[in-house]
Amino acid sequence: MAGVLVLLSIALITIYFRESSGGGLHQVQSAGSTVLRPFEVAADRVSRPFRDAYGYFAGLVHAKSENNRLRQEVAKLRQSETLNLAAASENADLRSKLHFVSSPSYPKGFEYVTAPIIAQVPAAYEQQVTIDAGSISGIRQFDPVVTGEGLVGTVVRVARNVSLVALLTDDTTSVSAIDANTRAQGVVKAGASFDHVGKDQRVEQGDELVTAGWKDGGLASIYPPGIPIGRVTSVGQNEVDLYKHVQLQPFVNFETLSSLVVLIPKSR
Amino acid sequence: MIADIGKGAAVLFVAAILQVTLLSQIDVFHGAPDLVLVTLVAVALLRGTIFGAAAGFGAGLVVDTATLQTLGVTSLLLTIAGYWIGRYGETTGRDRSHAPFLSVAVVTLLYSLGALILHYMLGDPASASRVLLDAFPFELIFNLILTLPVYALCRRLFRPPPTGLEEVQLLG
Repeated sequence: MAGVLVLLSIALITIYFRESSGGGLHQVQSAGSTVLRPFEVAADRVSRPFRDAYGYFAGLVHAKSENNRLRQEVAKLRQSETLNLAAASENADLRSKLHFVSSPSYPKGFEYVTAPIIAQVPAAYEQQVTIDAGSISGIRQFDPVVTGEGLVGTVVRVARNVSLVALLTDDTTSVSAIDANTRAQGVVKAGASFDHVGKDQRVEQGDELVTAGWKDGGLASIYPPGIPIGRVTSVGQNEVDLYKHVQLQPFVNFETLSSLVVLIPKSR
Repeated sequence: MIADIGKGAAVLFVAAILQVTLLSQIDVFHGAPDLVLVTLVAVALLRGTIFGAAAGFGAGLVVDTATLQTLGVTSLLLTIAGYWIGRYGETTGRDRSHAPFLSVAVVTLLYSLGALILHYMLGDPASASRVLLDAFPFELIFNLILTLPVYALCRRLFRPPPTGLEEVQLLG
């Protein structure tokens, strides 16, 4: 009996791995997720106050370091006022207060679907979340996902009523990005490093990274240009490596995510 | 037996839904409590190999379906875990007070190792240091904390099966 179940599991893995995303097992899984969705939504609603409380206390733990960082940032902003950067900081401040979709940073040519997070994969393997919207809402694979704070990730799998989103911090996520100040180009990997930045390019600590949104002939980045990704926290280089070593801190706080905005191209 | 199947399915279904909606969001150095695994260990200890393997297979399918992960991965790991702990449950050792804790600790370690190997084989970018050094200690602590209430609940739901020994009166 147990041997049969083990063999059945291996068969499921093999078939699921080899078939296309429209294959039979994927369809069955999609139907199953539709059946499970009401239970997940109900559990999510019941557990929401507990999660909010957890998020609140987790936020308190980081409040001290956050406070110091904010104080330093305020000092920097005061200095930059003389360099006519007040308008930019005011813009960022206002943008954070306004609803993201009505803000100027909302990418043109995209509609949006907002959806709550209803399930999450164990963090040790994949940084992925399941959201309560799927193909019937118009979501397709590789649609970009954002919040008002910035880029969250990409849709990697879509069922009828739910979708799987790989977060920016997932090891598989790579995003073409540019330094908003110096226009240095590179690739943000796993939400932690800004790779493939040549030594001749200029990147400084504190610079803001945004999506590059490149287009080359018939090919185009899945991310629209100008979506904030994160802030550069350290820059280094040595004589051996071809590229700079750039670390960043994403703008989005992935520990307190509760609902996401999926961008859907109008041209589709 | 049918009542046991119904109770087992209900308990593991609730555990799986709570796992994917609530507990997986707890992230201490990538470690999170695994309610499904702890519940499965308790059920397998109390009901043996066949029940443990079948319960593991079903719970794995629910988890993989709810999180849209590769179908069969969690089923495979939980089937083996359920069967193995079921074997321990069929020995006299299961009545020792430390049996659930020992089982959960060992299975948490082997499950982490098994999941890591399986993810490697499937080409997922799993980090051994993240799974075994960062996440494992916290996952183990969380799971051991859950063991006492979960095992007590399961023990109430699944009374130990009759031993087959009946009291007899010798005549003559």
